[in-house]
Parts: sequence; C-alpha cells; structure tokens
Amino acid sequence: MLGYLLKRLTYTVPITLAVTVVCFLLVHIAPGDPLNAVAPADAPAEVVEALKAAYGFDRPLPVQYAKWLGRAVAGDLGRSVATGRPVAGEVLSAVGNTLLLAVVGGAAGFLGGTLLGCLAGYFHKTRIDRVASAISVVGVSVPHYWLGLLLTIIFSARLNWLPAMGAGPGGSGNWTWDLAHARHLVLPAITLSVIPMGIITRTVRALVAEVLSQEFVQALRAKGLRDGQVFTHVAKNVAPTALAVMGVQLGYLIGGSILVETVFAWPGTGFLLNIAIFQRDLPLLQGAILVLCLVFVGLNLLVDLIQPFIDPRMRRN
Amino acid sequence: MPKKLRDLFRWLAALPLTVVITIQTIAAAPATAETVARYGISMADIPLTTGQPDRGAGAYQFTGHTLYDPLIAWEANVGDRPGKLVPGLATEWKPDAKDPNRWVFTLRKGVKFHDGSTFNADAVIWNLAKVLDDKSPQFDPKQAAQVRPRIPSVAGYRKIDAFTVEITTKEPNSLFPYELPWFLISSPAQFEAIGRDWDKVASHPSGTGPFKLDKLVPRERAELVRNPDYWDPQRRPQTDRIILLPIPDALTRTNALLTGQVDIIEAPAPDTVPQLEKSGFRIVKNVTPHVWPYHFSLLPGSPWQDIRVRKAANLAIDRSAIVALLNGLATPAKGQLDPSSPWFGKPSFDIRYDPDEARRLMKEAGYSKDKPLKAKIIIAQGGTGQMLSLPMNEFVQQSLAEIGIDIDFEVVELENLYLHWRAGANAEMNKDKGITAINLAYVTADPFYALVRFMDSHYVAPNGVNWGWYKDDAVDAILAKNKTTFDTRRQDENLARIHEYMVNNALMLWVVHDVNPHALSPRVKGFVQAQHWFQDLTTIRVE
Repeated sequence: MLGYLLKRLTYTVPITLAVTVVCFLLVHIAPGDPLNAVAPADAPAEVVEALKAAYGFDRPLPVQYAKWLGRAVAGDLGRSVATGRPVAGEVLSAVGNTLLLAVVGGAAGFLGGTLLGCLAGYFHKTRIDRVASAISVVGVSVPHYWLGLLLTIIFSARLNWLPAMGAGPGGSGNWTWDLAHARHLVLPAITLSVIPMGIITRTVRALVAEVLSQEFVQALRAKGLRDGQVFTHVAKNVAPTALAVMGVQLGYLIGGSILVETVFAWPGTGFLLNIAIFQRDLPLLQGAILVLCLVFVGLNLLVDLIQPFIDPRMRRN
Repeated sequence: MPKKLRDLFRWLAALPLTVVITIQTIAAAPATAETVARYGISMADIPLTTGQPDRGAGAYQFTGHTLYDPLIAWEANVGDRPGKLVPGLATEWKPDAKDPNRWVFTLRKGVKFHDGSTFNADAVIWNLAKVLDDKSPQFDPKQAAQVRPRIPSVAGYRKIDAFTVEITTKEPNSLFPYELPWFLISSPAQFEAIGRDWDKVASHPSGTGPFKLDKLVPRERAELVRNPDYWDPQRRPQTDRIILLPIPDALTRTNALLTGQVDIIEAPAPDTVPQLEKSGFRIVKNVTPHVWPYHFSLLPGSPWQDIRVRKAANLAIDRSAIVALLNGLATPAKGQLDPSSPWFGKPSFDIRYDPDEARRLMKEAGYSKDKPLKAKIIIAQGGTGQMLSLPMNEFVQQSLAEIGIDIDFEVVELENLYLHWRAGANAEMNKDKGITAINLAYVTADPFYALVRFMDSHYVAPNGVNWGWYKDDAVDAILAKNKTTFDTRRQDENLARIHEYMVNNALMLWVVHDVNPHALSPRVKGFVQAQHWFQDLTTIRVE
C-alpha cells in the first residue's frame, strides 16, 4: 500500500513539471502583446520597449521560464502586469470563490446524477430508464452559457426571483452564509451542475446495469436478500469507478467555467482567466493555469489514494 | 475542510432560523438617508485607482475624474453641445509671448487632497516626475505607461512659486492644453504616508476629486463616496455613494439592471433596448467622439490609392440600415467627426448612400461586379469600442460587393489588431498578408486624437499611428502653422480645414459613430451625458 502511495506521489512530479512547461509556452506563443494590459494601444515604440525591459519580457524565453519557475517553487507567482497585484493572492481568492461554486454545483450534480443513474440502471430498459437517460443526454448536450442566460432571463429578468450576477450584495470579499448571499449561488450552481449530472447519470446507469447483470447479484437474490440489501452490494461495486469520474468532474468544476462565471460575473478562476486572456496578462495567466493544474493533479491524486480504501481489490493488487 | 465549506454545513443547519431573522431584519431596517447609485460598467476590472486610470478613455469617468482632478479639465457636465477645456486645478494657463515652448500655469489656491494635505506647485512637479522621471522615488511605470502617450509634448517642468508652475514643450504646440485633461494629480503626502508603495495606494488613494474611494474589491467593486469639501460647488456629487460593478458581458449587465441589482449601466445589449424601454428604463445616448471606420493604406500597390475607389466605398454603405442593425445605438458617419464638432468644417464630398454614383466611380476606375477589385481588411472579432464587429463588417462586405469591391477579412483578436495597427501598413506583418485596410474604432475626443495623429506625416510608424502612410505637404503645412496658432477660433478653423482634406480625399471609409448608450433605472435622475468619453458622475442623482 505504501508503495502504491509513493508511486502515485512520484507521478505527480513530472506531470507538474510538464504542466509548467506547457502553460508557460502556450501563453507565450499565443499572438498578442503582454504589454497591452498596461500600455495604451497607441503607446509609442520607446514606451513599449521600456516596459518590456521593466517586466523582463525582453529576455529569452528559457531565461524567463527559469526565473518564473524558480519563483513559483518558492510560492511567488509574480505580479499581474495589469494591476500590479500579487498573482498568488489574486488566484487564491478566485479559487476560493470557484471552490464555493464548484462544491455546491458539484454536490447538486453528483447527487442528481447518482440518483438518476441508479434509477436508470436499476430499471434498465424501462420508461424510467428512458426518461433518466434523456435528462442526462440533455444535461451533457446543453451549452453552459446558453442555459445560464436562459435561467437568468427567466428567473432574474422576468420573474425577478434571483439575482442575475455577482457573488453577493457586498461582493465575494464579504461572503457570509445568509439568504442574501445564498441567492446569488443558485443560478450559477444549477447551471454548473447540469453537465456533471448528465455525465454521472450515464456512468452510474451503465455501472449499475452491468453490476446487476453479474452472477453474484443472482446469488445474493437466491440467498433471499431484499432489494435494498442487494443494492447496497451493487453500490459498493459501482462506487470506485463513479468516484473516479466524480473526481475528474470536480477537477473541471474547480478549474472554473469561463463561460458560466462570465455570464454570472462570478469572481472565480474562470472569470479571472477570461480577463487575463483578453488582457494578455501573462503572469496572471501562467499563475492561474499553474494553480488550476496543480488542483487538478491534486484531486486526481486524492481520488487515487481514496480508491484503495473503498475497493479492497485495489489493495490486494 | 475549507472554512467556506464548514460554514456551509453550519449554515444549512441554521437555515430556518436564518430565514426568519433575515425577514425580521429586513422588516425592521430603518430607512437610510444615504443615497446610493449602483453602476454596472462594461470593463472587466476596476480601472487603476492610483491616479492615471488604465483601460482607455472610458475609464477616466470612473476612477479618474471622480477621485482626481487635472490642471485643465474637460467640461463634462453639459450634454447639449460639445464640451470645452475649462479650469481645473489650474485657474489660468498661457504660453509665454516670447517663448511659445513655455507655458505658465497659475494654480488654484485653497484645494486640499482627500488626506488633508495641501495642493500646490510642489504637488504638480511631484506628479509630473511620477510619470516622466524614472529616477524619481515616486515614479510609477504603470501610471507612466498610461499617461506618457497622452502628454507627448512635455519636455520639462519647474516650479516658479508656491502656486505657479512652468511646463515646456518639445516644440511650439498650441494644442498642448488638450493633453492635460489626461494628466491627473495624486497626493504626494498620501504616497509617503502609505510607505511609498503604489500598490497600497491603490486601496487608499487620495486626490482632490469630487469623490473619495471608500472601498475597493479588485475585479468586483469600487465604492466612491461624496467629497463634501470639494472645491468646485458646481460639481459636488448629488449622490452620497456610487458603487462601480464591473460586468463585462452586455446581457448580464442588462439583466442586472432589469433585476434591480444595479441602477445604471453602460452599453446595454442592443437587442434588449426595446424591452428595457418597455419596462420603464431610460436609454440615454448622445453624440460621442468615436468613429467606426476602415482606415486605408495609401502605400504603392494598395487598391485604395485611387480616390475614386475610396469615394465609391464611402457611397456604397447604407448607414441607416447599420444603425437599425444596432437598434438605434449609433449615428451615420459623415466623416471622421460628427457634423456638430467645431472641427467638422464644410467638406465638399458628401458622404451618403448612393450606390449608383458608387458604381459609376468604380466603372471609371476600371472595376465592376464582373471585374471586381480585391482587397484584404484586418478586423477584430470584437472587443471594447468595436461595436458589433462581425455583423457590421459582414454588412460592409456585402455592400461593397454590390459595387464591385470584393473584400476578404483577416480576423484577429483586438489585442492582436493593435499590434498590426501600431506597426503601420508598411510593416511586414501587414504587407506579407496583403492587408491594405484596418478596421479599428477610433476615439476622436480632441484634435490630436481625431485628426493630427492620422494626418501628420511625422506620425507614420514607429512614431505614431498614421497607419496608411498619408502624406500631403499642404496638410503638413497647415498642421505646422496650427502649432503656433494660439487663438482658439483660428485653431478651430485650421482643424476644420484638415478635416475637410480628410473627407474630400476619403482617407477612410467612415461608417458610424458610437452614441455611448446608457440605460438608467427610473430611480436615476439628473444624469447628463456629455458628448465625450469623459462623463461627469457627479450629475447622477438617485431618488
């Protein structure tokens, strides 16, 4: 077991290093000028050159990468070109907001998906299965931003039940768990939950149907176990794979949805990335991508570590 | 477990009680005397608050002329005519009769910064060094990058006495006062008090402006409160607090207005205008110094070298149809400037929709629908100021095809378009791709921005943005003469002649002017929309 843990931990090192190279190169090879964030469009060439030197963009790429990586290892992701604020602070604040949205949206999606998937799998090839499957297909297929806009038009603009944007009446800095703030969560969380719900429904449905067709289930029934007891055994067999898929989905959610967060002006990582991309704010972009990749790698590692505790077969192997 | 999640579980447990308390609190809340206007702005972040805002001309109304004052201000609290230069922190300015490079400014007395320190000549010199002297301790590269391109004439500066300063220009420049509304004065005392750190000053800025910054949440909100001691009684804010909320998506902004989350928004989504008006919201718009053109290359080999082709292109566009496409949120262009501008003049070429005349000119030039002229235009897929870039460009493409001009688009992001623009038509990045025109919306707020930078042959790349390499000795001579013309009326006459040259030679294909639309809740009264990108938020009143 210890070997398994060490092996998983060791894998994260080259993955993280590769991530840093890719995210650094990607943002540098994209067209555009990182100084557009600070210099007006008609800034004279000498001002642009002076700024390039001031921000170190005039140095060779390998040198820029080495310096950035060296600082990043020490926890310093540099400063945003556009605002001058430390990137680490900007990203962590945004991650906090996205985490909040992702956990609520993810919980809704996972619960709904698990419920629908279990129903569809248990009542395989019945009307219930067809309805649940249709819901999951819609969930996977509906574009996020379209659904977000639709919900906003219905529940905000028309009915005026819920706020259309923002992370609370006083902004995310003043977040508290009260009704005024929670109302701001509802629409973005529902919008965000739809895709994971669809994916989890399909995954759980297929797993439940497959496990139910296995011989050990017949044996359990033959032993006289009631449906509920049988399903407990089915759930135990379904859980590891479903959990792995949920881990990946949670990673996506924590990565933030640029579209959903932009539609709802939710100050999370997606919103931050959107701004950084359009401003060509390279330090912010690199820092945000790096942190998100690390979160993703960390979550996958966590799922890998949890799985053996749920599935004894993995411990044996 | 993160704190927010722990709090979530606690909150769920306490939900019923919370609901009851919240309802009771709302019911028992005393009426507050503070008036608050919540303003949904189209930017993705709050512009810089340290003195010189970033994010272009439109940002000055939010964290520029609210928190700070310039030496010479722009009259932004009138809407029925173009504004003009008015005294700001300088009560008087004039060039030296013997040395036209030397300008003397008399400063306003009795003005205090928000931190209580006194505004005087030392503060002006300190602020000039802040953006122009990279050896000074207060030098801020971010502010310098914003304002240096706006005050290119400044060569030197010195204090004459406690309330008089001298600024020298690189060469005589009668238009120099137009550069100064961009240069804002922040408090030296606050910079020292806060530990000489501009990033910290951003949260605790101090200017002399009509508002003070009460709260800043980066990317989310800035709360400005009334400065009751503001030196100009005419511009004392009529609202106690203005909350600026960055909402970059137009539809989200509009929905926020419809749901009552904000009271005023910039640039509502054009499609939603009828619904907003039907729901009792007010759409306010005005002539705005902003034009949406195709800027032609006049270099050898460009198909736009032929004036007949340029004029034909201008006659081929049904601008009223484009205005309809934008739900009325634009005005048809008759040139680089709106006809109400003092610099419009009397051009002999009347820009209108006349496809027959356009076809005749094209035929004369040797082209027709069967034998079309081909050209490549670089455009942005969207972005600030570009209006509905793609639909509008497609409209222009179809209109030009009708008279025998087949245009092809090189579509890039706005940030990338700026690179092509700064480089000029002669740059390899443009020539190699066969690009002979660029579609970039231009701010035309002052003579330099509207005319000089495009017409003066000195401003070809890399010196400036005379993108098409236009050069005309007669125009250069008028511009040179204008630099030493200090009488405003004569200046206007010279500038009108330049504009006439521009239109008569059809140096661009002008399509529409923006009208900088705002949508206002019925609660908002008194907002005066100036004919400028500078707006005066002190006029906002909430009932």
